[in-house]
Formats: sequence, C-alpha cells, structure tokens
Amino acid sequence: MILLKTMTPRAFLAFGILAIFLNFGCVKKEGGSLSSSANVPTGNEIWVGEYGSMTGSESTFGVSTHKGILMALDEVNKAGGINGKKIQLKSYDDQGQAAEAVTIITKLITQDKVSLILGEVASSRSIAAGTVAQQYKIPMVSPSSTNPKVTQVGDYIFRVCFIDPFQGSVMAKFAINNLKLKKAAIFRDIKADYSVGLANFFVDEYKKMGGEIVADVSYSGGDMDFKSQLTSIKGKNPDVLFIPGYYTEVGLVARQARELGLKAVLLGGDGWDSEKLTEIGGDAVVGGYFSNHYSHEDKSPVVQNFVAQFKARYGEVPSGLAAQGYDAAMVAVDAMKRATEMSPKAFREALAQTKNFQGVTGMITINEERNAVKPAVVLKVVGPQKFSYITTINP
Amino acid sequence: MKIFQVAILLGVVALLWGLNFFFEENINPYILRVIINCGIGMILAMSLNLVNGCAGQFSLGHAGFMGVGAYMSATITTVLNLSPFFQTDLGVGCAIVTGGIAAAIAGYLVGLPSLRLKGDYLAIVTLGFGEIIRICFLNIESVGGARGLSGIPPKSNFFWVYLWVVITFVALLRLLRSSYGRAILSVRENEIAAESMGIDISRYKIVAFVVSSFFAGIAGGLFAHLQSFIDPNSFVFNKSIEAVIMVVIGGMGSLSGAIFGGIIVSLLPELLRVFEQYRMVIFPLILIILMLVRPMGLLGHKEIWEIFRKKASS
Repeated sequence: MILLKTMTPRAFLAFGILAIFLNFGCVKKEGGSLSSSANVPTGNEIWVGEYGSMTGSESTFGVSTHKGILMALDEVNKAGGINGKKIQLKSYDDQGQAAEAVTIITKLITQDKVSLILGEVASSRSIAAGTVAQQYKIPMVSPSSTNPKVTQVGDYIFRVCFIDPFQGSVMAKFAINNLKLKKAAIFRDIKADYSVGLANFFVDEYKKMGGEIVADVSYSGGDMDFKSQLTSIKGKNPDVLFIPGYYTEVGLVARQARELGLKAVLLGGDGWDSEKLTEIGGDAVVGGYFSNHYSHEDKSPVVQNFVAQFKARYGEVPSGLAAQGYDAAMVAVDAMKRATEMSPKAFREALAQTKNFQGVTGMITINEERNAVKPAVVLKVVGPQKFSYITTINP
Repeated sequence: MKIFQVAILLGVVALLWGLNFFFEENINPYILRVIINCGIGMILAMSLNLVNGCAGQFSLGHAGFMGVGAYMSATITTVLNLSPFFQTDLGVGCAIVTGGIAAAIAGYLVGLPSLRLKGDYLAIVTLGFGEIIRICFLNIESVGGARGLSGIPPKSNFFWVYLWVVITFVALLRLLRSSYGRAILSVRENEIAAESMGIDISRYKIVAFVVSSFFAGIAGGLFAHLQSFIDPNSFVFNKSIEAVIMVVIGGMGSLSGAIFGGIIVSLLPELLRVFEQYRMVIFPLILIILMLVRPMGLLGHKEIWEIFRKKASS
C-alpha cells in the first residue's frame, strides 16, 4: 500500500469533494443520453452503418455480404441517391466475435451517428448487437440471420431472409405439389433448434395439404450410426424422407439409408448447402432436394442481371450471402425513400411497411414480426458438389 | 489505522461513483465502453499475472475460467429466474461473486492434477481444459448452446468494473506481500530451493491458481453483464492468448505492468480501427516491436512505484 500510504487523509478528503462535485456538476441532458435525435441525417448525406465478420474464421460470410451491400449502395448513389442525398457507408469488422460486434455497433450509433444499420450474418452476433440497436432505437436490417430469436429482440430489428422453420413448409409444398409424393417420414436432429423447427413446420404443412406422416424419428447431432432408426423408417415404406439437419449427418444418414435399401426421395433445408455434402454422402445424396435462399442459376431476369453486374464488378459468381447483402441494402434504401421524414424512427416505420419489394432473392414483404415473407428456391443434388436450380416456391 | 483504511475505501468508492455519473453524462457511450473493456482487461491481466508471472507457471486456459464465471453469473441472473433481486445491481453483484467462486472451484479441480506438470506440458494441459470448459457450454442447451445466452441484465458499468479493478489490485498486492506471496514467488525463482526451505510447492501453486481463477471468473461475470450476451465463442483459445499477451507486454510478475498490459491490449485494436482490414496486421506488428524494444515487458519484474522511487533517489 505504499502508494496509498504516502497520501494524507487530506488528499482523500479532496477526492471525496471532487466526487461530490462531479455528481452535482453534471446536469442531465435533455431526453437522456439514450435518445437517437442526434442520428437524424443532416446535410446531403445519409450515414448507414455495417458490421460483419470481415476477418476471422467466418470471413467469407462477412466479405460476401459486404460486396453485395457495397454494390447496392453504389448503384443507388449513381442513380441520384435518396431524394438527392447520397448514402455513405461506414463498415467495421467484428472478427466474428459477439463482444466486438456489441462494441462497434455502439461506435456506429453513438460516434458515427448512423441512421440505419445493416448487418451480420450469424444469428448470435445479430442478437447481441441488435440489443444495442434496439436500446438506441436505430433500425437494423439483417441480411441473413435466420434464427427466429433475432427479430424478437425488439421492434427496430428486421431481416430480409426467411426464418429457419419456414423452409419446412416450403419442402412440404414441394413434395406434394411438385413431386406428388404423399407418404413422408421425418428424421430430425432432436438437439438442434434449427432441425426441430423445420421438422415441425414440415409436418404441419404436409398434413394440411393431405399428405401422411408415416414415421417421425430423431437422432442427436454428432451421431455416427443411424441404422436402427432407418430400419424402423424402412418398415413404414415412405415415399420421401425429410432430413432437416446439417450436411455432416445428412451425408451419413443418406449413405446408411441407401445401404439398407431405403428408396425414398431425400429432402432437406439449407443445412445441406455445402461442398462437403456430396463428399460425405457420395452418390447416396444425389437426387435429393433441398431448399435455399437463392440460386444464381435462377433464370429470372432480376437474378441474371444481378449476377452479370456482380461478375463484371468483382469477377466472381455472387454467393447467396452477397445476394442477401444486396437485398438488405436495397430494402433499406426503399424504406428510406418512402419514409415520411429523415429520421431513424421514420425509417423504422417505412421498413415495417415494406410490401412486395422485388429483390434479387424474390418478392420481399415484411410481416408484423419483422421477418421477411419471401419465396425459397429448391435445388437438386445432381453430382459431386453440383446443385441445380429446380423451382421457386412462394410462401 | 483502521479508520484510515475505511476512509480510503470510502474515498475510492465515492470517487468511482462520481466518475461513473460524470462519464455516463459527458462521455460518448462508445468511448465509455472501451474504458470499461479496459477495466475488464486489467482484471484478467492481473489475475493471470499471479499464475504466469508470479508463480512462474504457464497457463493457457484463462478464457475457460472467465467463461465459467460468465456462464455461472448469467445463469443465476438470467436462466434460473430465481427472484427479481437478481435483476438489481446488488443481486447481479452477488451473482458475479458466485461466478468467481465457481471459477475458483473449477480452477482447483483443474489445478490439482495439472500443476504437477511443468512448462510446455502445463501450458498444453491448461489449454486443453480451457477448451473442454468451452465445449461443455457449447453443448449445454439450457444456457443457449452455440446460439449463446442473451437478455442478461446489463448492469456492469464503470463503477462496478473499476471497483473490482481496485479490489483485485489491492487483494493481489496484499497477497503478494504476505507470506503466501513470498512463497509463490519462491516457487517461480527455484522450485528445488523453495522445497528445501520447507515450502509446499504444489500447495502454493494451487493457491495461486485458485485465486487467479476467482478473479478471472469475476472478469467473466462483469463481461457477461456488460455485453448482456455471451456465447461459447467469446471464450475461445484466442481470449486466453490475449490475456497472456497482456501479462507479457506489461512485464511478467509486475502487477502494475499487468494493468498497463490490460489497457494496451484492450485499447490498441480500437485505436487501430482507422486501418480497417489491416488492423489485425498492424496490431501484432506493434506487439512485436514492443517486445523487441522491451523484451522483459514494459515494466519487467518491477512495479511502477519501485521504478519511480529509484529514479527519485538516484
């Protein structure tokens, strides 16, 4: 305690007086420190913030999304901006860390004074940062966080992708309307929210459309052997087998199902979307169908136009994340154009009223839960690391 | 003397309390958050310094204990939903202390078998334990699993964090000046010599480890209630490395050095944001230069007041 011993009690008295002085010295600011009145765009610029994982293990997610957003905002600015105001983008890297995301969203809002925030792919970071955006009442649009909890954070949080469980109903519709198969078995990962949500929505929709669920069994993510469950499924002789899991287990399940002689058509969700799927599943997964957000093979002119422009700018085929980043920015721009005044609150109101907005990933309508209602695409596994576009299913 | 100490305590608390109000009204919330992050960094660095710097044991599992504290305290305030008391400042404080105790227990359980090892082997074992702890959280569904735990009451402010910085500093300083501290230091200097002087080496190693884990748990609890969101990703191996960097930068074995290390490692990445993507290239570069210029860390083995006193007397 040498430091403290050298100080006389008088010094501490001074400390105390200083402390009291500080307490009284600060007058409460009007409206409290949490008001967003400072984030109203002034002058000829509107500042938009973006946060994402530009470095770290998930850097491909952040970089793809960033490219899409950048391209969208450049297009808007070239076309004259929003009522003559140019959009300026401020983007920060969160290294794929929730703590970083929280810090930089605070920076975006309180220091850079952005009026709207675009960001983050991963649902966990969207939830963490969304709490801050909600607290300061700055609208946030997530391009591709699919976990239902993201928009439940508050009324300023939006997304332009569908939520996980919606894919379940998409695949049910696809099985009945396109494949005309009416006997389904479900094989769900009981430990994953994602899988359970998809399975429940599939069952509901499938039954509603006159299909029959002949078996509903489960596994736990990380399992390697599925033969006992698959044998019981085989006994029920289903036409389709819905496996809403991630590619590792799906590949193994598919292999073992074929070994047992199960002939059902395999269906799944975007958890299948990986090059590893065919690596693990081999020929067994070929012929299976899964839902996804977007396909660059989609023949619609909107998609083809986007793909051509993206290729011209970056020299690569846009991934789904880039398309969704583009759409998130465009939906935000559309809302700003429709807003009654230039303020985060008005932007929020306008975002909530987004209806039938033609995005690259389909017609986007924001529902009262601030989730996007939009079509999903169905892809077919045709060979090693090759998925081909089959159709688009509307909600 | 007693009255004097109480006066000091009250003075510090009043000062922090006043500063807290002053900062909240007059400082940009982002800057305030960075300042608070520095505080958490200081606690982490000081606690790890006790093991890595003072006891001379190389631990790489500090993030794991931070995780235990964070998850334990967040479970009490958020998941269990015991009573509204745990939503108040005091309740959260209690939860954070409980988190620290849980981390100390984890530290004891981990330390008991692994502190028989030395050097690289100990580093690998602690690294392994840190990862095991993290993967446990990843697989416990009731605390959110990979999705993380959200909705934690955001009660950590400048006052609470820096109060804990002061508590950690004083507690560790007193510990190091006590017979325990001397014994811990002797273990670092020469285990055989220490043992021949009748010091129970493994006991003092474990004491250091448990105290260090306790404060790491406190840092974790404060972190959880600052972010109001935690996920297993927040306590990856990188976080342990960060803590080690703080200690090494500040000077192994120097408590005040650890404080500087904590500030530098928490502050630099924020200051370097102007460089955007190159930030994480420049940051390590600065660390390398710092290590080349000051291989023993900023302060070496010494405390800052020792350096100043020497200068004054010479």
